[in-house]
Amino acid sequence: MLDASLSEDRYARHHILPEIGHKGQDRLGAARVLVVGAGGLGAPVLLYLAAAGIGHISIADDDVVSLSNLQRQVLHSTSWLDQPKTQSALARLHDLNPEIEITTYPVRIYDAEAISLVGQHDLVIDCTDNLEGRYVLNHACFKARVPLLSGAISGWEGHVGLYHPAQGGPCFACVFPEAVEERPAQNKGVVGALPGVVGATMALNAIKHITGAGASLLGKLLLIDTLWNEQRLLNVAQDPACPVCGGSHQEGC
Amino acid sequence: MATYDVVYFAWVRERIGLPREEVESTAQNVSDLISELSEREPRYAAAFSDLSAIRVALDQDLAQFDAPLEGVHEVALFPPMTGG
Ligand SMILES: [Zn+2]
Repeated sequence: MLDASLSEDRYARHHILPEIGHKGQDRLGAARVLVVGAGGLGAPVLLYLAAAGIGHISIADDDVVSLSNLQRQVLHSTSWLDQPKTQSALARLHDLNPEIEITTYPVRIYDAEAISLVGQHDLVIDCTDNLEGRYVLNHACFKARVPLLSGAISGWEGHVGLYHPAQGGPCFACVFPEAVEERPAQNKGVVGALPGVVGATMALNAIKHITGAGASLLGKLLLIDTLWNEQRLLNVAQDPACPVCGGSHQEGC
Repeated sequence: MATYDVVYFAWVRERIGLPREEVESTAQNVSDLISELSEREPRYAAAFSDLSAIRVALDQDLAQFDAPLEGVHEVALFPPMTGG
Protein backbone atom coordinates (compact mmCIF):
# COMPACT_ATOMS: atom_id res chain seq x y z
CA MET A 1 0.00 0.00 0.00
CA LEU A 2 1.04 3.55 -0.65
CA ASP A 3 2.10 5.51 2.34
CA ALA A 4 0.31 8.87 2.31
CA SER A 5 3.16 10.65 4.06
CA LEU A 6 5.67 9.34 1.50
CA SER A 7 3.47 10.65 -1.30
CA GLU A 8 3.23 13.95 0.55
CA ASP A 9 7.02 14.13 0.60
CA ARG A 10 7.52 13.05 -3.00
CA TYR A 11 5.37 15.86 -4.41
CA ALA A 12 6.13 18.47 -1.72
CA ARG A 13 7.59 20.97 -4.18
CA HIS A 14 4.43 20.77 -6.30
CA HIS A 15 2.18 21.07 -3.22
CA ILE A 16 3.75 24.38 -2.23
CA LEU A 17 3.62 25.80 -5.76
CA PRO A 18 0.54 28.07 -5.92
CA GLU A 19 -0.31 27.10 -9.53
CA ILE A 20 -0.35 23.36 -8.71
CA GLY A 21 -0.89 22.69 -4.99
CA HIS A 22 -2.67 19.57 -3.70
CA LYS A 23 -5.53 20.07 -6.15
CA GLY A 24 -3.21 20.15 -9.16
CA GLN A 25 -1.24 17.20 -7.85
CA ASP A 26 -4.48 15.22 -7.53
CA ARG A 27 -5.25 16.04 -11.17
CA LEU A 28 -1.81 14.80 -12.21
CA GLY A 29 -2.41 11.61 -10.22
CA ALA A 30 -5.78 11.05 -11.92
CA ALA A 31 -4.44 11.69 -15.45
CA ARG A 32 -3.98 9.01 -18.12
CA VAL A 33 -1.31 10.01 -20.62
CA LEU A 34 -0.15 8.15 -23.73
CA VAL A 35 3.43 8.85 -24.83
CA VAL A 36 4.17 7.65 -28.36
CA GLY A 37 7.90 7.25 -28.92
CA ALA A 38 10.42 6.50 -26.16
CA GLY A 39 13.40 8.03 -27.98
CA GLY A 40 14.99 11.48 -27.78
CA LEU A 41 11.85 13.46 -26.91
CA GLY A 42 10.17 10.55 -25.13
CA ALA A 43 13.09 10.28 -22.69
CA PRO A 44 12.65 13.62 -20.88
CA VAL A 45 8.87 13.54 -21.35
CA LEU A 46 8.60 10.13 -19.64
CA LEU A 47 11.13 10.91 -16.91
CA TYR A 48 9.52 14.22 -15.93
CA LEU A 49 5.94 12.95 -16.17
CA ALA A 50 6.70 9.87 -14.08
CA ALA A 51 8.55 12.01 -11.56
CA ALA A 52 5.62 14.47 -11.50
CA GLY A 53 3.25 11.66 -10.50
CA ILE A 54 1.08 11.28 -13.62
CA GLY A 55 -1.13 8.45 -12.35
CA HIS A 56 -1.16 6.34 -15.50
CA ILE A 57 1.42 6.49 -18.29
CA SER A 58 1.16 4.37 -21.44
CA ILE A 59 4.30 4.03 -23.56
CA ALA A 60 4.21 2.98 -27.22
CA ASP A 61 7.45 2.24 -29.07
CA ASP A 62 8.46 -0.66 -31.33
CA ASP A 63 12.21 0.01 -31.27
CA VAL A 64 15.15 -1.46 -29.33
CA VAL A 65 17.92 0.50 -27.60
CA SER A 66 20.93 0.98 -29.87
CA LEU A 67 24.32 2.49 -29.13
CA SER A 68 23.74 5.56 -31.34
CA ASN A 69 20.63 6.39 -29.23
CA LEU A 70 22.53 6.94 -26.01
CA GLN A 71 24.10 10.29 -27.02
CA ARG A 72 20.66 11.88 -26.39
CA GLN A 73 18.08 9.33 -25.18
CA VAL A 74 18.93 9.71 -21.49
CA LEU A 75 16.14 7.40 -20.36
CA HIS A 76 18.09 4.38 -21.65
CA SER A 77 21.43 2.97 -20.57
CA THR A 78 24.29 0.92 -22.02
CA SER A 79 23.18 -2.13 -20.03
CA TRP A 80 19.89 -2.09 -21.98
CA LEU A 81 21.43 -2.31 -25.48
CA ASP A 82 19.32 -4.38 -27.92
CA GLN A 83 16.44 -4.60 -25.42
CA PRO A 84 13.00 -3.11 -26.21
CA LYS A 85 12.81 0.59 -25.35
CA THR A 86 9.46 -0.02 -23.64
CA GLN A 87 11.13 -2.48 -21.23
CA SER A 88 14.09 -0.18 -20.56
CA ALA A 89 11.66 2.70 -19.97
CA LEU A 90 9.43 0.63 -17.70
CA ALA A 91 12.35 -0.44 -15.49
CA ARG A 92 13.76 3.10 -15.21
CA LEU A 93 10.39 4.76 -14.56
CA HIS A 94 9.33 2.14 -12.03
CA ASP A 95 12.58 2.74 -10.16
CA LEU A 96 12.00 6.50 -10.35
CA ASN A 97 8.38 6.35 -9.17
CA PRO A 98 6.83 3.03 -8.10
CA GLU A 99 3.58 4.82 -7.14
CA ILE A 100 2.36 5.22 -10.73
CA GLU A 101 0.86 2.74 -13.20
CA ILE A 102 2.71 2.14 -16.46
CA THR A 103 1.44 0.20 -19.46
CA THR A 104 3.72 -0.64 -22.40
CA TYR A 105 2.85 -1.19 -26.07
CA PRO A 106 5.95 -2.48 -27.91
CA VAL A 107 4.33 -1.89 -31.31
CA ARG A 108 4.02 0.72 -34.04
CA ILE A 109 0.60 2.34 -33.80
CA TYR A 110 -1.49 2.29 -36.98
CA ASP A 111 -4.79 4.04 -37.71
CA ALA A 112 -7.52 1.72 -36.46
CA GLU A 113 -5.80 0.60 -33.27
CA ALA A 114 -4.51 4.12 -32.65
CA ILE A 115 -8.02 5.53 -32.37
CA SER A 116 -9.11 3.01 -29.71
CA LEU A 117 -5.84 3.34 -27.78
CA VAL A 118 -5.87 7.15 -27.93
CA GLY A 119 -9.49 7.21 -26.73
CA GLN A 120 -8.47 5.61 -23.43
CA HIS A 121 -6.33 8.61 -22.50
CA ASP A 122 -6.78 12.24 -21.42
CA LEU A 123 -3.73 13.48 -23.33
CA VAL A 124 -1.52 12.06 -26.07
CA ILE A 125 2.10 13.17 -26.38
CA ASP A 126 3.68 12.79 -29.80
CA CYS A 127 7.39 11.97 -29.50
CA THR A 128 7.56 10.01 -32.76
CA ASP A 129 10.45 10.37 -35.20
CA ASN A 130 8.54 10.50 -38.48
CA LEU A 131 5.83 12.59 -40.14
CA GLU A 132 3.68 9.59 -41.08
CA GLY A 133 3.32 8.63 -37.40
CA ARG A 134 2.43 12.23 -36.54
CA TYR A 135 -0.41 12.26 -39.09
CA VAL A 136 -1.73 8.91 -37.79
CA LEU A 137 -1.75 10.23 -34.21
CA ASN A 138 -3.30 13.55 -35.27
CA HIS A 139 -6.12 11.79 -37.08
CA ALA A 140 -6.72 9.42 -34.15
CA CYS A 141 -6.72 12.27 -31.61
CA PHE A 142 -9.18 14.28 -33.72
CA LYS A 143 -11.54 11.30 -34.03
CA ALA A 144 -11.30 10.47 -30.33
CA ARG A 145 -11.47 14.17 -29.31
CA VAL A 146 -8.30 13.83 -27.23
CA PRO A 147 -5.76 16.68 -27.08
CA LEU A 148 -2.43 16.06 -28.81
CA LEU A 149 0.78 17.62 -27.53
CA SER A 150 3.23 17.26 -30.40
CA GLY A 151 6.95 17.98 -30.52
CA ALA A 152 9.62 17.48 -33.15
CA ILE A 153 13.33 18.14 -33.47
CA SER A 154 15.99 18.55 -36.13
CA GLY A 155 19.65 19.44 -35.68
CA TRP A 156 19.60 22.29 -33.15
CA GLU A 157 15.93 23.17 -33.47
CA GLY A 158 12.51 22.01 -32.47
CA HIS A 159 8.84 22.91 -32.33
CA VAL A 160 6.05 22.20 -29.87
CA GLY A 161 2.29 22.62 -30.28
CA LEU A 162 -0.92 21.57 -28.51
CA TYR A 163 -3.69 20.47 -30.90
CA HIS A 164 -7.29 20.07 -29.79
CA PRO A 165 -9.86 20.97 -32.48
CA ALA A 166 -12.72 19.99 -30.11
CA GLN A 167 -11.78 23.14 -28.19
CA GLY A 168 -11.55 25.32 -31.31
CA GLY A 169 -7.83 25.22 -32.02
CA PRO A 170 -6.15 23.74 -35.08
CA CYS A 171 -5.11 20.14 -35.57
CA PHE A 172 -1.54 19.24 -36.54
CA ALA A 173 -2.55 19.00 -40.22
CA CYS A 174 -4.04 22.53 -40.15
CA VAL A 175 -0.55 23.83 -39.35
CA PHE A 176 1.46 21.28 -41.35
CA PRO A 177 -0.72 19.99 -44.22
CA GLU A 178 0.27 16.64 -45.67
CA ALA A 179 2.48 17.45 -48.65
CA VAL A 180 1.68 15.80 -51.94
CA GLU A 181 5.33 15.87 -52.98
CA GLU A 182 8.10 14.00 -51.22
CA ARG A 183 9.69 16.23 -48.61
CA PRO A 184 13.41 16.97 -48.72
CA ALA A 185 15.39 14.43 -46.72
CA GLN A 186 16.12 15.81 -43.28
CA ASN A 187 19.67 15.62 -42.00
CA LYS A 188 19.48 13.13 -39.12
CA GLY A 189 22.11 14.94 -37.05
CA VAL A 190 20.93 16.16 -33.64
CA VAL A 191 22.83 17.77 -30.77
CA GLY A 192 22.56 15.60 -27.64
CA ALA A 193 20.98 18.14 -25.30
CA LEU A 194 18.34 19.34 -27.82
CA PRO A 195 15.69 16.69 -27.05
CA GLY A 196 16.24 17.61 -23.39
CA VAL A 197 15.23 21.22 -24.08
CA VAL A 198 12.29 20.39 -26.36
CA GLY A 199 11.13 17.29 -24.45
CA ALA A 200 11.24 19.07 -21.08
CA THR A 201 9.21 21.90 -22.66
CA MET A 202 6.66 19.27 -23.72
CA ALA A 203 6.56 17.67 -20.25
CA LEU A 204 6.13 21.10 -18.69
CA ASN A 205 3.24 21.95 -21.00
CA ALA A 206 1.63 18.58 -20.26
CA ILE A 207 1.76 19.46 -16.54
CA LYS A 208 0.30 22.91 -17.28
CA HIS A 209 -2.45 21.43 -19.44
CA ILE A 210 -3.47 18.86 -16.82
CA THR A 211 -3.35 21.23 -13.86
CA GLY A 212 -4.71 24.24 -15.77
CA ALA A 213 -1.72 26.36 -14.76
CA GLY A 214 -0.80 29.46 -16.73
CA ALA A 215 -1.12 30.03 -20.47
CA SER A 216 -1.98 27.12 -22.74
CA LEU A 217 -0.15 26.24 -25.96
CA LEU A 218 -3.56 25.75 -27.65
CA GLY A 219 -3.52 27.78 -30.85
CA LYS A 220 0.23 28.35 -30.53
CA LEU A 221 3.31 26.87 -32.14
CA LEU A 222 6.56 27.32 -30.26
CA LEU A 223 9.65 27.38 -32.51
CA ILE A 224 12.99 26.93 -30.76
CA ASP A 225 16.38 27.47 -32.45
CA THR A 226 19.07 26.70 -29.88
CA LEU A 227 21.97 27.30 -32.31
CA TRP A 228 21.14 30.95 -32.98
CA ASN A 229 19.15 31.62 -29.77
CA GLU A 230 15.97 32.41 -31.66
CA GLN A 231 12.56 31.55 -30.26
CA ARG A 232 9.11 32.38 -31.62
CA LEU A 233 5.61 31.77 -30.25
CA LEU A 234 3.39 31.75 -33.34
CA ASN A 235 -0.38 32.09 -33.42
CA VAL A 236 -1.96 29.26 -35.39
CA ALA A 237 -5.65 28.80 -36.23
CA GLN A 238 -7.91 26.06 -37.50
CA ASP A 239 -8.00 25.77 -41.31
CA PRO A 240 -11.65 25.43 -42.46
CA ALA A 241 -10.34 23.50 -45.49
CA CYS A 242 -8.27 21.05 -43.40
CA PRO A 243 -8.89 17.49 -44.70
CA VAL A 244 -8.69 16.14 -41.12
CA CYS A 245 -10.63 18.59 -38.94
CA GLY A 246 -12.15 21.11 -41.41
CA GLY A 247 -15.86 21.50 -40.83
CA SER A 248 -15.58 19.57 -37.58
CA HIS A 249 -18.20 21.79 -35.97
CA GLN A 250 -20.87 20.61 -38.42
CA GLU A 251 -20.46 16.84 -38.40
CA GLY A 252 -19.29 14.52 -35.72
CA CYS A 253 -17.70 11.61 -37.58
CA MET B 1 10.41 49.63 -51.08
CA ALA B 2 10.00 48.07 -47.64
CA THR B 3 12.43 46.32 -45.31
CA TYR B 4 11.57 42.98 -43.70
CA ASP B 5 13.26 40.88 -41.04
CA VAL B 6 13.27 37.46 -42.63
CA VAL B 7 13.89 34.55 -40.24
CA TYR B 8 14.71 31.01 -41.40
CA PHE B 9 14.39 27.75 -39.48
CA ALA B 10 15.67 24.15 -39.84
CA TRP B 11 16.69 23.05 -43.35
CA VAL B 12 15.52 26.35 -44.85
CA ARG B 13 18.16 28.03 -42.68
CA GLU B 14 20.75 25.37 -43.55
CA ARG B 15 20.26 25.86 -47.27
CA ILE B 16 20.31 29.66 -47.11
CA GLY B 17 23.17 29.69 -44.60
CA LEU B 18 21.76 32.41 -42.33
CA PRO B 19 19.37 32.39 -39.36
CA ARG B 20 17.98 35.83 -40.29
CA GLU B 21 18.56 38.81 -42.54
CA GLU B 22 17.07 42.15 -43.51
CA VAL B 23 15.56 42.09 -46.97
CA GLU B 24 14.55 45.15 -49.00
CA SER B 25 11.77 44.39 -51.39
CA THR B 26 8.84 45.78 -53.35
CA ALA B 27 7.04 42.40 -53.12
CA GLN B 28 3.31 42.65 -52.42
CA ASN B 29 2.96 39.21 -50.84
CA VAL B 30 5.01 36.29 -49.51
CA SER B 31 5.06 34.42 -52.84
CA ASP B 32 6.50 37.48 -54.60
CA LEU B 33 9.13 37.88 -51.88
CA ILE B 34 10.16 34.24 -52.23
CA SER B 35 10.34 34.58 -56.04
CA GLU B 36 12.54 37.66 -55.67
CA LEU B 37 14.89 35.87 -53.29
CA SER B 38 15.00 32.74 -55.48
CA GLU B 39 16.15 34.87 -58.43
CA ARG B 40 18.95 36.44 -56.39
CA GLU B 41 21.06 33.34 -55.67
CA PRO B 42 20.88 29.57 -56.17
CA ARG B 43 20.90 28.91 -52.40
CA TYR B 44 17.52 30.64 -52.12
CA ALA B 45 16.18 28.77 -55.12
CA ALA B 46 17.34 25.51 -53.49
CA ALA B 47 15.69 26.41 -50.18
CA PHE B 48 12.40 27.37 -51.84
CA SER B 49 12.23 24.63 -54.48
CA ASP B 50 9.40 22.83 -52.66
CA LEU B 51 7.07 25.34 -51.03
CA SER B 52 4.56 22.64 -50.05
CA ALA B 53 6.99 21.73 -47.25
CA ILE B 54 7.44 25.30 -45.97
CA ARG B 55 5.14 27.34 -43.73
CA VAL B 56 5.18 31.08 -43.23
CA ALA B 57 4.38 33.34 -40.28
CA LEU B 58 3.94 37.11 -40.60
CA ASP B 59 4.63 38.96 -37.35
CA GLN B 60 4.19 35.64 -35.50
CA ASP B 61 0.84 34.78 -37.12
CA LEU B 62 0.68 31.70 -39.35
CA ALA B 63 -0.21 32.93 -42.87
CA GLN B 64 -0.67 31.82 -46.47
CA PHE B 65 1.78 32.55 -49.27
CA ASP B 66 -0.64 34.98 -50.89
CA ALA B 67 -0.94 37.06 -47.70
CA PRO B 68 -0.10 40.77 -48.25
CA LEU B 69 3.14 42.09 -46.77
CA GLU B 70 1.92 45.64 -46.16
CA GLY B 71 2.69 46.70 -42.59
CA VAL B 72 4.55 43.47 -41.83
CA HIS B 73 7.91 43.57 -39.99
CA GLU B 74 8.92 39.93 -39.66
CA VAL B 75 8.58 37.08 -42.11
CA ALA B 76 9.39 33.63 -40.65
CA LEU B 77 9.87 30.64 -42.96
CA PHE B 78 9.97 27.16 -41.44
CA PRO B 79 9.40 23.54 -42.44
CA PRO B 80 7.85 20.87 -40.23
CA MET B 81 10.59 19.08 -38.31
CA THR B 82 10.27 15.32 -38.19
CA GLY B 83 12.84 13.99 -35.72
CA GLY B 84 12.03 12.82 -32.24
ZN1 LIG C 1 -7.00 20.38 -39.06
